[in-house]
Amino acid sequence: MSLGNLIFIVLCGIVPLAYIAYIITTRKASMWENQNIAIHSRPYMHGWFVVVIMGIPSMLVSIIAGLLHVTGIYSVSPFILIAACIVLVASGLTVGLKKISPDFRARNKVENVIKWFLVAASLVSIMTTVGIVLSILFEALRFFDSVGFWNFIIGTSWNPDTAFLSGAGRGGEQAANAEFGAVPIFAGTFMITFIAMCVAVPIGLFSAVFLAEYATPRFRKIMKPLLEVLAGIPTVVYGFFAAITVSPLVVKLAGTVGLEAAYTNALAPGMVMGIMIIPLMSSLSDDVINAVPRSLREGSLALGTTVAETTKKVVLPAALPGIVSAFLLSVSRAIGETMIVVMAAGLRPNLTANPLEGMTTVTVRIVDSLTGDQSFDSLETLSAFGLGFVLLILTLILNIISTIIVRKFREKYE
Amino acid sequence: MSSLIESSQANKRRYRAEKRFKFYGFVAILLSLGFLLFFFADIIRKGYPAFQQTEIKAEITYSKETVEIPPLAVNEQARDFVSRGFLRMIPSQVENNPDLMGNTITKWVVANDDVDQYVKGQPNGLSSSEKQKIDKMKKEGKIDLSFNKYFFINGDSKMPEISGIFSAAVGTLYVIILTVLFSVPIGVMSAIYLEEYAPDNMFTRSIEVNINNLAAIPSILFGLLGLAVFINFFGVPRSSALAGGLTLSLMTLPVIIISTRASLQAVPDSIRHGALAVGASRWQMIWHHILPVSVPGILTGTILGVARAMGETAPLLLVGMMAYIPEAPNSFTDAATVLPAQIYTWASASQRAYVERTAAAILVLLVILLTLNAAAIWLRNRNEKKW
Repeated sequence: MSLGNLIFIVLCGIVPLAYIAYIITTRKASMWENQNIAIHSRPYMHGWFVVVIMGIPSMLVSIIAGLLHVTGIYSVSPFILIAACIVLVASGLTVGLKKISPDFRARNKVENVIKWFLVAASLVSIMTTVGIVLSILFEALRFFDSVGFWNFIIGTSWNPDTAFLSGAGRGGEQAANAEFGAVPIFAGTFMITFIAMCVAVPIGLFSAVFLAEYATPRFRKIMKPLLEVLAGIPTVVYGFFAAITVSPLVVKLAGTVGLEAAYTNALAPGMVMGIMIIPLMSSLSDDVINAVPRSLREGSLALGTTVAETTKKVVLPAALPGIVSAFLLSVSRAIGETMIVVMAAGLRPNLTANPLEGMTTVTVRIVDSLTGDQSFDSLETLSAFGLGFVLLILTLILNIISTIIVRKFREKYE
Repeated sequence: MSSLIESSQANKRRYRAEKRFKFYGFVAILLSLGFLLFFFADIIRKGYPAFQQTEIKAEITYSKETVEIPPLAVNEQARDFVSRGFLRMIPSQVENNPDLMGNTITKWVVANDDVDQYVKGQPNGLSSSEKQKIDKMKKEGKIDLSFNKYFFINGDSKMPEISGIFSAAVGTLYVIILTVLFSVPIGVMSAIYLEEYAPDNMFTRSIEVNINNLAAIPSILFGLLGLAVFINFFGVPRSSALAGGLTLSLMTLPVIIISTRASLQAVPDSIRHGALAVGASRWQMIWHHILPVSVPGILTGTILGVARAMGETAPLLLVGMMAYIPEAPNSFTDAATVLPAQIYTWASASQRAYVERTAAAILVLLVILLTLNAAAIWLRNRNEKKW
């Protein structure tokens, strides 16, 4: 029997024991009540108190033992674990039963424990962030150690093929020639992001203005969920659409005007990504436009301006910080978008300003180098973490700036 | 005087500008809607043929010889056109049912992908003489289209004509169960803490900032976390539903926390004060009075989070859930794949016949997701309480 199974059995074994303890204690406490003794806490609270003091220590011990076991740090012998749990359960039960009395404050104790559980739950999200940062940082540092941070950031040639050879155990003389200059990859990312923004910003902003300033409530009520449907479509579906439908269309159109386009061109994923971001841009802008006080609009309209003039000269300038923050969030979304570019953009890093050529992005490289058959320690696998590090920093900065801007904006009008 | 102003050129220009501006806004909305229509029309046009499958009426002879060399079991006219997936099954059919031995049976058999694509009028790799043979069989009524049940009961396959979404659907179910099991309790608990207990200090604010940040971090970074922490550090099996579920639950957590907090905030303070005033403790107030009325809101958030997790692909690719999985997983630690990952692998497959299957799988996924979203909206509208 493996230790993992044993821990599972121990955890399951505690449950019936706890139930029996709960029944015993609740009976005891109800007896006081029946004898008209005033008690501080309801009988079930006494029951829960015993459950807590009996069950939690042994559960913690077995969970910790389990974690130590799966991470390979230390394996407790099953005998010691069982013995420890029996001791903990028995002593917990004795202490618990001894403690309860009519004026024992069981409720307060139990609720304190509940509160600590809630605190622990909210720590999970912090741990997630810490986990993301640390896991990426450690591997990224190993990568920068062997490649060099500045070589990575300003190098213009990405050529990991020789790293692939050494990763596959066939490294030779050429293995030293692997190059990891990320500029072409960043360039591709920014090009596709730029194309996406060219689609998303005008359409998103104009639809937000129309919905907020012109549309009847009925029209608004129908249109908003329809726009949201665009946001609910999975990105892998957009990727398929971009690769199978839009890309050939772009190639054909370019052909009719005498241009040559690659099937992995940047235009198709860029445009589709833009369409995906329209709802984000429009709903965020819609929120801020609606947050501009009515009095500003009415003051302007009372001077005889048209709605368009009011919107352009009063509402949009007032909402500008919010719109900038919506823009930044959209950019951060576009930079981090993965499936559309993985399926429709190219794999080959290509430093070019022509959106009809194939180019690749940060996220494509991450997926490509982590879904191959390479050993985890190969330089190409580590390069994914280097790129992930840049992606993390970039999106964090964009998110934080946009949060600060929107907070300032809200403070101004609320 | 006023008529003078109205007739002035400047005002005409202003009103034209006003009309133009409104028109631009309208066009922007029309563009989005037009795209939505084009998108759905395209996917449906590409995907609906996959719900039908070409079948061939063939005579199958079961004998010692044909068990050894399965193609010989099929009559000559149909031999080149039946699916290799069917031929492979012949020995096991005899094994399961020894009575078949020595008999010849006429039955409808799945055709191979080239025949299927030809019958559906799609590009294919058939020669013109083969096409003539098929046309002849069609006239004789020996080739026909029927409902493609295999698409729903088979797993993935290297042969497009017998590949289906079953294993991916089961994988999705496993992953979503785990995601809900992990993220809902933790999400609801941390929302309760932040909304009902937490004092307004640096610690609380840092958690809040952090949750908003997590909601905006690119999903692929969660995949890097899953790979580095769950798989490499904790030794969770690669490609397993457990690895995928853990990764996705961290991603879903912010969605659930944010929506649960919103629904807790919507409960008026008078209810809290009322409960506390009659001597309830804080937890009793939450458990007996606040949570029951905010359940619909929590449920809405959970459904939206599940819908998002169901369509997520990138982090799952990094934890290895894009493997070729023909059999549905039997446990949380078996190698599994999910619907979006299946769509991804089919989309990158080379055979033409996979295109319609990809689009069909997309249709299935979209129907599920739109249903979930509609359910969430319906739930929200139905339970929108005015206090």
